[in-house]
Amino acid sequence: MAEIVSLADGVARLVHDGDTVALEGFTHLIPVAAGQEIIRQGRRGLTLVRMTPDIVYDQLIGAGCASKLIFSWGGNPGVGSLHRFRDAVQHGWPVPLEIEEHSHAGMANRYVAGASGLPFAVLRGYSGTDLAKHTATIKPITCPFTGEQLTAVPALNPDVTIVHAQRADREGNVQLWGIAGVQKEAVLAAKRSLVTVEEVVDELEPRPGALVLPSWAVTAVAEVPSGAKPSYAAGYYDRDNAAYQAWDAVSRDREEFGKWLAEVAA
Amino acid sequence: MSSPEYSTDEMMSIAAARALDDGMSCFVGIGLPSTAANLARRSHAPNLKLIYESGCLGAKPSRLPLSIGDGELAETADAVISVPEVFNYWLQPGRIDVGFLGAAQLDKFGNINTTVIGSDYADPKVRLPGAGGAPEIAASCREVFVVLRQSKRAFVEKVDFVTSFGHGSGRGDRERLGLPGAGPTLVVTDLGLMRPDPGTAELTLTHLHPGVEVEQVREATGWALKVADDLRRTPEPTEAELSGLRELKKAGE
Repeated sequence: MAEIVSLADGVARLVHDGDTVALEGFTHLIPVAAGQEIIRQGRRGLTLVRMTPDIVYDQLIGAGCASKLIFSWGGNPGVGSLHRFRDAVQHGWPVPLEIEEHSHAGMANRYVAGASGLPFAVLRGYSGTDLAKHTATIKPITCPFTGEQLTAVPALNPDVTIVHAQRADREGNVQLWGIAGVQKEAVLAAKRSLVTVEEVVDELEPRPGALVLPSWAVTAVAEVPSGAKPSYAAGYYDRDNAAYQAWDAVSRDREEFGKWLAEVAA
Repeated sequence: MSSPEYSTDEMMSIAAARALDDGMSCFVGIGLPSTAANLARRSHAPNLKLIYESGCLGAKPSRLPLSIGDGELAETADAVISVPEVFNYWLQPGRIDVGFLGAAQLDKFGNINTTVIGSDYADPKVRLPGAGGAPEIAASCREVFVVLRQSKRAFVEKVDFVTSFGHGSGRGDRERLGLPGAGPTLVVTDLGLMRPDPGTAELTLTHLHPGVEVEQVREATGWALKVADDLRRTPEPTEAELSGLRELKKAGE
């Protein structure tokens, strides 16, 4: 059964130096507050996993928390580049960042294999691309039934997955609705999981289409109102597009970023 | 009838929108492809089915989304599904008619680079966002349309990195690799249209937008561009197309 914890306690207990950590969220419900708590607690040497590392990963990378990134699209959605990510890849600042690069389909299937308890997943993709040449976790495989040449990708099983959701009850049952991305797969693939929620309620109202992660599939739940801002939580608040645009100027400059970091860490 | 005033970007979006037929299913990338697909749905193709990789199937946004996961897309979609489902159930089996992609670099065989600029992957000149959904869109949609502004920097003889496979090094490469879709069949730019040559698959200029000359396109292309024998002119944007596009853009602000 999931334990109800504070954000600081949850991160302190579940995220350790050197862990493989996935913070998932596809534009919607990005666990931004949890990412900033990891920065505040000064974790180092993390392997960060995420299909679409956006500004919270730019922050984690700029703060020097990560030594490796496994991803499929690293940008500031609708705005442009992630400058801290670029700086780390191109100049090793503040620490060198190793990258393991996939397509969305590859990443999604790696989580599916992880959640399914299988060692790998199979997809028809990557053929002819240069991704297969540079990523060791993309290998050709022959279908044993038809002889077709396909691609195998290994399961992703993070040490800990963190996602954000709308609601949980006091038992730790989680309701999440709207764009659900790959969050369910990422939680089920992980050894441990932390779900931050907008609110913890006495009783969950049944809600059509609400994806429920049952309490026994989640390690810990923390109540973090506005925990996805500047991304959004359907039913609670909208995406703050201006904040995404404003991040561009902060992240472009090491000094500006340093000021931002000092404020967050304080 | 005097022709309306418009920009080259507007001509490009309108030309791209015209390429989409009513009733098609279209897998949409953000930026120019999303503008074109939404314009088509609001004009000549009201039953165009827009599919976004965030899991929005049949989205009907009233304004341009800033990102592929905007709430507007989910709220107006026929269904919202998980990301593994989008790729495994919808894209991979070839259920999507057209994939609409942008690019940082495009080469003469329609191969797309959105990963790195520079020949050394480990030490790139510029690190770009990466693959996202594009490799599978390029592999599995029945056809791929690419839309981007034309320049020597973007239109190169050979891309620095093949993120998404076009026609490889010529006709027949896709079949040899077992890729199910037809690959890039149309490239729309601010200067004209290109299509792969039926024999060699090399991108060939087939249409010039109004006011553009062949020399201008050649100057903005990084290889010796071939021109179709029956080179045509793109029809001017209509008042209705222009006002549709401007309304859409305005609603997105």
